[in-house]
Amino acid sequence: MIENVDLTLVDWSRAQFALTAIYHWLFVPLTLGLSFIIAIMETIYVRTGREEWKKITRFWMTLFGINFAIGVATGIILEFEFGTNWSNYSWFVGDIFGAPLAIEGILAFFLESTFVAVMFFGWNKVGKKFHLTSTWLVAIGANLSALWILVANSWMQNPVGMVFNPETARNEMVNFWAILFNQVAVDKFLHTISSGFLLASMFVLGISSWFLLKKREELMAKRSILVAGIFGLISSLTVAYTGDGSARTVSKVQPVKFASMEALYEGKTNAGLITFGVLKDTGRKIGEKSVKEFAFKIEIPGLLSVLTSGDRDAYVPGITDHISGNAKMGILPVSEKIQKGTFAKEVLTDFTRARMVNDTQQVHNIKSVFNDKDFQKNYFKYFGYASIERPEDIIPSVTISFYSFHLMVVLGFLFILIFALAIHLLFKGTISENRWFLRIALLSIPLPYIASELGWILTEVGRQPWIIQDTMTVSKGVSQLNSGSVIVTFILFATLFTILLISEISIMTKQIKIGPKH
Amino acid sequence: MTLMISHLLLQHYWWIIVSLLGSILVFLMFVQGGQSVIFTLPENNLQKTLIVNAMGRKWEFTFTTLVTFGGAFFASFPLFYSTSFGGAYWVWIAILFSFIIQAVAYEFRSKPNNVFGQKTFDIFLFLNGSLAPFLIGTAVATFFTGSMFRLNLMHQVQWATSWYGLEALANFRNISLGLAVLFLARINGMLYIINTIDNEPLRKRSAKGLTINAIPFLVFFLFFVISLLISRGFEADPETGIISIEKFKYLHNFLEMPVVLIIFLGGVLSVLYGIGATILKGSVKGIWFTGSGTVSAVFSLFLIAGFNHTSFYPSVYDLQSSLTILNASSSLFTLKTMMYVSFIIPFVIVYIWYAWKSINNTKMTEDEMKTDEHKY
Repeated sequence: MIENVDLTLVDWSRAQFALTAIYHWLFVPLTLGLSFIIAIMETIYVRTGREEWKKITRFWMTLFGINFAIGVATGIILEFEFGTNWSNYSWFVGDIFGAPLAIEGILAFFLESTFVAVMFFGWNKVGKKFHLTSTWLVAIGANLSALWILVANSWMQNPVGMVFNPETARNEMVNFWAILFNQVAVDKFLHTISSGFLLASMFVLGISSWFLLKKREELMAKRSILVAGIFGLISSLTVAYTGDGSARTVSKVQPVKFASMEALYEGKTNAGLITFGVLKDTGRKIGEKSVKEFAFKIEIPGLLSVLTSGDRDAYVPGITDHISGNAKMGILPVSEKIQKGTFAKEVLTDFTRARMVNDTQQVHNIKSVFNDKDFQKNYFKYFGYASIERPEDIIPSVTISFYSFHLMVVLGFLFILIFALAIHLLFKGTISENRWFLRIALLSIPLPYIASELGWILTEVGRQPWIIQDTMTVSKGVSQLNSGSVIVTFILFATLFTILLISEISIMTKQIKIGPKH
Repeated sequence: MTLMISHLLLQHYWWIIVSLLGSILVFLMFVQGGQSVIFTLPENNLQKTLIVNAMGRKWEFTFTTLVTFGGAFFASFPLFYSTSFGGAYWVWIAILFSFIIQAVAYEFRSKPNNVFGQKTFDIFLFLNGSLAPFLIGTAVATFFTGSMFRLNLMHQVQWATSWYGLEALANFRNISLGLAVLFLARINGMLYIINTIDNEPLRKRSAKGLTINAIPFLVFFLFFVISLLISRGFEADPETGIISIEKFKYLHNFLEMPVVLIIFLGGVLSVLYGIGATILKGSVKGIWFTGSGTVSAVFSLFLIAGFNHTSFYPSVYDLQSSLTILNASSSLFTLKTMMYVSFIIPFVIVYIWYAWKSINNTKMTEDEMKTDEHKY
């Protein structure tokens, strides 16, 4: 392993990846959701033959196209940054991590890119049914690609289906289905795509509300609100349901992240769920990290215990339990995990040294140690901890984790309310008169974007310091470049992405003002 | 032994898949080639719009193939992925940078309120069109000329120069392949214009441009091929894995794998026939000959880079760090899993062909550009 890690390099590499991911995620959810909304609208057009639905479909398709290209552009950078900036990671787990990315290309990207051409350019070249099929295939392809990249990301949160091979010094896949049906992957996929559907629905609802406020294109706006309202309400309820499942899984596979997102320092039975809270410093510290407490909070007693274990009396471990250990709960102190991990690392070093000098007997002996289940379960399991310097290093930012999680949840419930209101007012026939609601809907367009980004911030910041949970730290995964190169590329990407974002928003705004053609 | 053979077979199988993707990528860079001529080939704005739209309906195929090529390399030969991308940082970043500006340029260029004006996005297209083929060609040339890296015991790459891959530009053999790929992309781009756009003046100008570009293509391509055949190569001992230098290695590879030699020669002849038939006979189908020839020739070059006990990513800094399809591959389990996935590829090809045919069944015309709503 790299013994002298340049923290500047690690931080800039991390910043560059975060920048690319954040920008990428500004565009992808809209693609995921809008593709389905367009497909639904076109289906209505094909089934009813009413031209107004074609006009509506084509209007939203134009906005889809503007957004789609920039999502694709930022996506390619993400894939290749695993190699350019995280090359040690790419080797250490490439045997597992590369497969979903390749499958994404073969199964999803080609489907999406082939039929997106038919969707945009095929209106007068192919039959109605073929065109409609193409539109649906674009939606399916886009969401299939989300599946595979989320499978890959979920594996980083909960590495399963693998075994370490000392000869190649890497982890290798042994169970593909365990990776695909990893509980984190199932939760994350459903939660992420439904949040994309929600975001797109809010986008359609907000823009349609603007048309109603301007008293323009009223038929198109109301029709669009009908589709977006129903699709959005179903999606937002699904987001809430899958979010709950996702949090429960996090409590099992990433308990430190879970304790951080609830700012739960001391474990307890009958643990309450914080619905709203403001954090402040206590002045106390765990090692070098300051401990937070609530300056103010609204808490539902016992609900956290119930949500995580279905039992009000269940004990929910806090951050302190994970740092200092809790024998009753079977949690080892981090210091012990570090010792065990260091031992495992020394065994690996001995193995590598023996191979170097062709000491076949020693190689044979150490290989049998690696094959020993006790060594795997009690020592190698903590291999990643050999890179942890101080126990408190395994605590992610509690402030960021807590606020990003809670703000996301609050926004999630707000979205349910907005969509329910939209449907209610639409069916009541008074939506055009309720200008206050139309304004709220319009102003709500950025909110799902914020919620969506907060979700990813929680996912990634909450996993720190790990690049692969408990297996490899971020600092060990980085490419050995000079930090100056990464700083330059960070600035280049930041500048270019910002320029393109400005251009996209300007074009999108203009296209909305122009409105549907025909 | 059975285990070894099956792993070996899969390593070869996956090298074939990666080679095929790489060669299809080079063909699909006709899109980049078309972009690189938008300032010189058309006589007027309408002709430029025709070219941009002809290419714009296919840019996603090139893009997707590049992404899949990267993904397949990652899944099947992760040590190459970590070594090359993590080491030759600047080359890959430059390639990626050129692709970001391409994707948005098509969608944004003609849209009102695009902030930076159509010319800026046309320059983006030109930059991607010129840089991407050149840089990809240069990067692929290092498969034969070698790179400056060392792998430690944990297989972590340490690049030996602070240029992080840009030093490849100091080797004329690398540059010659880069330029050959660039001119080939331009040739394929113009052949595609001739095939797809129903506009006689543009066809005539493309045919003329073809002649102008065919000459430098032949010069750089021949230079690269001749230097390849007479150069030393990187032999990997099949028993020990030790890498050594072998004189005329790539010539030997061709001679020891005659099928690959036939594919290569057939590919080159097909490329030349496509160009010749268009220039001399006025054929509009040249793209299919040149395109299939491109795929064949590039495919065979990949095969001689990786097969016959050859290091496909040699290190000239630390010979024993060189990568072969054996030491850089994924595990048997992963390659096998991915093999099942690859069985889907024929279906993918069929639906691409069907969709492509549906869109291209009528030639693009000036009238279409005046009426089409989703125009770039």
